[in-house]
Amino acid sequence: MIVARTGNEAMAEAMRQINPDVVAAYPITPATEVVQLFSKFVHDGLVDTEFVPVESEHSACSACCGAAAAGARVMTSTASQGLALMHEILFIASGLRLPIVICLVNRSLSSPINIHCDHSDTLASRDAGWLQIYTENVQEAYDTTIQLVKIAEQALLPGIVSTDAFIISHGMERVELLDDKEVPKFLGERKVEYSLLDVDNPITIGCLDLQDYFYEHKRSEIDAMDHVLPIIEKVQKEFGDKFGRYYPIVDEYKMDDAEVAIMAMGSTGGTAKVAVERMREKGKKVGLIRCRVYRPFPEKAMLKALTKVKVLGIMDRSDTLSTLGGHLYNDARSILYESSTRPLMKNYIYGLGGRDISIEEIETIYEELFNIKKSGKVDKNIVYFGVRGE
Amino acid sequence: MKKEKKGWKDLPIGLVLEAGTCKDFETGDWRSEKPIWDSEKCTHCLICWIYCPDSCITVKDGKIQGIDYKYCKGCGICAEECPPKIKAITMVREEK
Repeated sequence: MIVARTGNEAMAEAMRQINPDVVAAYPITPATEVVQLFSKFVHDGLVDTEFVPVESEHSACSACCGAAAAGARVMTSTASQGLALMHEILFIASGLRLPIVICLVNRSLSSPINIHCDHSDTLASRDAGWLQIYTENVQEAYDTTIQLVKIAEQALLPGIVSTDAFIISHGMERVELLDDKEVPKFLGERKVEYSLLDVDNPITIGCLDLQDYFYEHKRSEIDAMDHVLPIIEKVQKEFGDKFGRYYPIVDEYKMDDAEVAIMAMGSTGGTAKVAVERMREKGKKVGLIRCRVYRPFPEKAMLKALTKVKVLGIMDRSDTLSTLGGHLYNDARSILYESSTRPLMKNYIYGLGGRDISIEEIETIYEELFNIKKSGKVDKNIVYFGVRGE
Repeated sequence: MKKEKKGWKDLPIGLVLEAGTCKDFETGDWRSEKPIWDSEKCTHCLICWIYCPDSCITVKDGKIQGIDYKYCKGCGICAEECPPKIKAITMVREEK
């Protein structure tokens, strides 16, 4: 069915079709509409979900952990400060290997207070052991929400599907929704090896784990992250074979003959694709690498993409506040260290607090990358693109 | 005999254990002071049994039998709570 939906509406629709056993949520400012829309579905009896309206996002994530440990299929939604408030519990979910899925809207973290798009919220939780997939448009947000439930349950790891605030969350687009019956069929029942509610086979979960065993349990969690990419590939392929929409781990756009390229995440990928088209009309061979799966970081696929060009512009909608630039830039530099081919790289921090990035601006970045290619050197590695007073 | 500890590949996923594993966690080796119970002085008022946070005062038919040193952490609450006129429990330095 082809409909017009915002990112929030599409993710709420996906949740309705997934029909999770439990959703626990709290609408902290800046809240996102997903839970509000979903609670209407609950009220209208369209889902069988146990909806738990808790008193904070910290509690929301905690309730999700309990429900997931009981064997339930569990989802929630949050943004910005809400995710920050969940931070402590994020590690508990991943450590206990509970496949919770968060529909997330990327908004800046305070301070200053802002409700618009940048990736500082999810990237601040980068090391919490959650899968992170960043989407480019409403269709991808909808499709990825469904995929991620299956991926998370197979990997026994929690995951976040990310959408850019307002650009995707409130932008209305053409979306192809799946048939209501197809989604549960695609996902199947959640299979569990144990349940907190199984009184005949009692278990201990989340117990004290000191010097003797903590390290071993952590090592096993790290191993799970090491093995999740094939699961993502398998589920993406299964989804594509069934519904006709295929997604890559790393989205390469016109990279095969590209001389310079930009790497970006989220909706900027879509904007940059138009910039690529315009540049190519002018005869300039440019490409785009869109990082879709960010955690785990797809080292092999990313290295293959990055080394196709001589000059790379890495666009980060966040800063690590460490003097080392943005997150993607640091990941790219890290995987290139042992590579025999190393492109020249420049880091463009941009769009913080929802500042727009236009097609024309991306074209100027491509022009600058060509200048770098010509001169063979990067004068300044990290620049703050689009900020006044620079 | 020391038990062989498991490597990470042999552990159940997600820190899930069978129920009641506390019994394998012998907290008695945390002790730096040890309670000594004097059966001659004891009036079996059971105050120590009520207060012991680790259920280490063993009781049979309403009479105290002794202290379970396998789990007693040596916190000294029993000695503190034993009525001053009785003083049936005293703390001594743990020698191992």
